[in-house]
Amino acid sequence: MSGETLTSGEYIKHHLTNLTFGKHADGGWGIAHSAAEAKEMGFWAIHLDTMFWSLLLGALFLYFFSKTAKSATRGIPGGVQNFVEWIVEFIDSSVRGSFSARNTLVAPLALTIFVWIFLQNLMDLVPVDVIPEISKLLGIHFMKVVPSTDPNATFGMAIGVFLLVLFYSIKIKGVGGFVGELTLQPFSSKNPVVNLLFIPINFILEFVSLAAKPISLALRLFGNMYAGEMIFILIAIMYNAGLILGLFGGVLQLGWAIFHILIITLQAFIFMTLTIVYLDMAHHEH
Amino acid sequence: MNINLTLIGQLLSFAVFVWFTMKFVWTPIMGALETRKKEIADGLSAAERGQHEQELAKERAKDVLHEAKAQAAEIVAQAQKRAAEIVDDSKATARTEGERILSAAQAEIEQAANRAREQLREKIGRLVVAGAEKILRKEIGADVHQDIVTALAKEI
Repeated sequence: MSGETLTSGEYIKHHLTNLTFGKHADGGWGIAHSAAEAKEMGFWAIHLDTMFWSLLLGALFLYFFSKTAKSATRGIPGGVQNFVEWIVEFIDSSVRGSFSARNTLVAPLALTIFVWIFLQNLMDLVPVDVIPEISKLLGIHFMKVVPSTDPNATFGMAIGVFLLVLFYSIKIKGVGGFVGELTLQPFSSKNPVVNLLFIPINFILEFVSLAAKPISLALRLFGNMYAGEMIFILIAIMYNAGLILGLFGGVLQLGWAIFHILIITLQAFIFMTLTIVYLDMAHHEH
Repeated sequence: MNINLTLIGQLLSFAVFVWFTMKFVWTPIMGALETRKKEIADGLSAAERGQHEQELAKERAKDVLHEAKAQAAEIVAQAQKRAAEIVDDSKATARTEGERILSAAQAEIEQAANRAREQLREKIGRLVVAGAEKILRKEIGADVHQDIVTALAKEI
């Protein structure tokens, strides 16, 4: 518990502040010492904790999977290989189920999204104070360990997916086809003048639905994980409020963590499935 | 909750991760899975083929066994026939041989009897002559039978 001198509000705020590296107001570069300072840094700053944990988890995933893939035998698979193959086949069947075009990128993309997001979300199950307290001992004052509670991480992935959607839309349908898709439907008329009038209306409708794709992807994941994290933080506050409430908090934390196992898997799965569906839509005229 | 450079960093690392997964995770694992799938399919079809072949072989074996049984029966029948023939043959041969031996023996017996009869006749002749000689020696003399002698002499 880091609440020796902090109020509950400060405690929560402390937990929600990233370790930000950027340009200080006075012109020097360095780590922000408070949430306000981090905010002042604007766009040209980077969240070291988000980057560190997501890269670490991603590297862990890739190391583990590529090591297994390298030694994958076509004979009877062992325990680790079985596990990896199980995940790979699960992803493969999901992709086959929702994606009807041929594209070798989609399945590895879905695998990366699923496992990476799952691992990021999994950090949520580590009790909220453990890693921040350890890093405090190491002299690091802010440490937000769940990368998917940082909108930068979720928007980073969602924008990546969105760029692929745009790329494949234009590649498959051509610039004209893609623009037509944005402007000539859902309203259309045989009269060319009326059709011309429909173009802006269609564009507004279609553009909103197009832009909603990455935004909803990113915000759904971020919102779920952020809310989950917040509840863990609120439960952690109870530990400071006496023995009875502390014990009650412990029970609550256990319950919420168990329930959260479902959420973190579900969110990773939803992100993956929607990515596949969006890319499938990009490959088809409608 | 500030949007900042982290976004770009995350985007780039996401791209690199996807590329890496595609190249070093997905392709080899799917390759291994495909190979195994193919091998299992091959194995299953081979097993099916083997079973089919085994059934055929069983059928063939049945046929062969059947044929062999028929052949064996035929051979046994032939052998029995042949044996009967041989027995008959040898019986016939034995009979003719026996008859031949019998007739030869009879001929020999006859010969021996004839010979004995000849010898007996000769001996009896001689005895008769000797007896006659003894009897005649007493009664016959040249003077007693002068007339017969002279008659004979005349005839010469």
